[in-house]
Amino acid sequence: MSKPTSAKPAIAASTPVLPPNDPHLAPVNLKLTREERIELFRTMMRIRRFEERSLRAYQAKKIGGFLHLYIGQESVAVGCCSLMGKDDHVITAYRDHGHAIAVGMGMNELMAELYGKATGCSKGKGGSMHYFSPERNYWGGHGIVGGQVPLGTGLAYALKYKGLKGAAMAFMGDGAVNQGAVHEAYNLAALWDLPVIFVIENNGYSMGTSQERSSAGELPKRAAGYDMAWGQCDGSNVYEVRAMMDKFLTRAREESKPAVVEIDTYRYRGHSVADPDNTYRAKAEIEEYRRTKDPIQVVQNMLIADGVLTTAELEKLDQDARAEAENAAAFAEASPYPTVEDIQKDVYWEADHPAQRTSKGRLFFD
Amino acid sequence: MPQITYREAIRHALAEELERDPNVVVMGEEVAQFNGAYKVTEGLLAKFGPKRIVDTPISEAGFIGAGIGASMLGIRPVMELMFWSFYSVAFDQILNNAANVRYMSGGLINCPIVIRGPANGGTNVGATHSHTPENVLANHPGVKVVVPSTAYDAKGLLKSAIRDNDPVMFLENTILYGDKGEVPTEEYLIPLGLADVKRKGNDLTIVSYGRCVIHSLAAAEVLHKEHGISVEVVDLRTIRPLDIDTVLASVAKTHRVLIVEEQKPFASVGSQLAYMIQREAFDELDAPIHRVTTVDAPAIYSPPIEIEQLPNPARVIKAALALVAGSK
Ligand SMILES: Cc1ncc(C[n+]2csc(CCOP(=O)(O)OP(=O)(O)O)c2C)c(N)n1
Ligand SMILES: [Mg+2]
Repeated sequence: MSKPTSAKPAIAASTPVLPPNDPHLAPVNLKLTREERIELFRTMMRIRRFEERSLRAYQAKKIGGFLHLYIGQESVAVGCCSLMGKDDHVITAYRDHGHAIAVGMGMNELMAELYGKATGCSKGKGGSMHYFSPERNYWGGHGIVGGQVPLGTGLAYALKYKGLKGAAMAFMGDGAVNQGAVHEAYNLAALWDLPVIFVIENNGYSMGTSQERSSAGELPKRAAGYDMAWGQCDGSNVYEVRAMMDKFLTRAREESKPAVVEIDTYRYRGHSVADPDNTYRAKAEIEEYRRTKDPIQVVQNMLIADGVLTTAELEKLDQDARAEAENAAAFAEASPYPTVEDIQKDVYWEADHPAQRTSKGRLFFD
Repeated sequence: MPQITYREAIRHALAEELERDPNVVVMGEEVAQFNGAYKVTEGLLAKFGPKRIVDTPISEAGFIGAGIGASMLGIRPVMELMFWSFYSVAFDQILNNAANVRYMSGGLINCPIVIRGPANGGTNVGATHSHTPENVLANHPGVKVVVPSTAYDAKGLLKSAIRDNDPVMFLENTILYGDKGEVPTEEYLIPLGLADVKRKGNDLTIVSYGRCVIHSLAAAEVLHKEHGISVEVVDLRTIRPLDIDTVLASVAKTHRVLIVEEQKPFASVGSQLAYMIQREAFDELDAPIHRVTTVDAPAIYSPPIEIEQLPNPARVIKAALALVAGSK
């Protein structure tokens, strides 16, 4: 990837821009306006700055539990979620911050959730691994490796049942592919022609175990055993992600067909912040990836080369993302914790809607 | 009132709810073409077609998980487990996903799913097929647990379960499927969480649910006729939510409690009940609470011995007599 070149004049608003570096020249990318290209980049940048800020909050002991950062993988969630129409749905595992921002959740509610505050997206009840936003068709945020994959299949089932032309994207890691529930979901999706794309975000490692040490064969090819289509692409280029996903999403919506795709990516940080990350990979490997394939750098270079963004605009965009994350941390800091009384709310729908309760008897046993 | 079987009562509940709400879907292994492993869903495919009555592969984690996901988007799946014993391969889906997703989303999501099927011993199918997991399920806030003992209760409770906006675990009994009972032709619902006094009495309260209610009623008859002991039988019907008030009212009348349950004794439903009764009605008790449970071992195959491992009328009578004698 070339170094950022000097700025060219910005292209007039809403002129479709052809990304010259895009190997695919896919229509889904050709039709992007300048604003849309910038927006894709901005979302990636916002994810990165959010993650960096949350890491600092973790180091300052403001955040409990686990924190699985998405740094290095931003193009995957952004590329995929940028294609969502109103009947498309997303579900993922515990490395869920990037998808949350990509579907449009606000940094304030996300940061507050990390802080365990009542203003968090799950009122401080879910934490880092359990972000949800049903109004944005985002169904979590799931802590058990592979456990969300049958749920994603069920989202697709519901779409088909209701006759909606939408698709579900069920994200998982390269380690999750070895869970039985994933294979059960593959089979059901293929058997019933469900509009679900199983997206393997292959960052090379499941915790400290490399792909070679955990999985036999090539991951997306397992789809062939279920007579499902499969695809694979380099995730460092958000346009490449979009080009591939558009194909499979369109097919899912139009023909109600599932697929398995692998998107190759990389995480710069440890598995979680608690992972010292010094036993299973070389620092040089991380550096090499950062130098040649960093998804933000890749897109940034293109935008500058194409004259979509000037370096000054770029700097401004970055500063805005940092400020937004900083403000989110201040918001989280200033927000109240849930109360002890809140512990037993949101357990049963009925208990939360006493006027509509039809059952009798005790629901809680203290 | 017409007499129909427990199986038919469940089938009628399913059919009525399928008719009422186009989002209700019945799904499970062999539920459609085969007409149900226990024929509960017989005829439903012919009536409602393959979109509403769906055969699944042998893939409990997959299809129960898919049902949970579909329920998050407003479908109301009624999933059949051929045996509740097979819940263990879908444990994560049921008790991590269905039970927790509402909580972890801060109340943004709910799962209106019903998982139903038989959960009982007594059919000589050995330890793998004889689990009664109502205590395990009820240990998970977020799910509701129903165990009906009669055709009337099964129908009214299942209809309520299907309309409920929380995940409901509905535990039936293969031995009861053929039992007949009076069930009105007009529609009725039984709210979850409401116990039913199946027999009135003054000397001893038996608290029970599921098939053990039938054993308890048989025992109560003998205790009355041969020993002059007047037994009140309280059928919980629902384990969670739990109608402890009806239990306590009965205890206040009889002052003696025997719990009869098809559960292994360690941390059973009865353990929780005994705790609550002593905590809330200590002064009412004239004797320690007794339990009749499954004998504490994996389910034995040997047919005549399995009868002895499970609660049965003779064991209930023996325990009741000992309890009453000890408190006199
Ligand atoms: C069933 C289960 N087993 C183990 C874990 C612990 N665990 C959490 S993440 C993880 C690695 C998963 O790696 P991968 O699927 O590649 O996703 P990534 O973390 O790389 O995004 C493990 C072992 C878990 N959460 N759930
Ligand atoms: Mg991985």
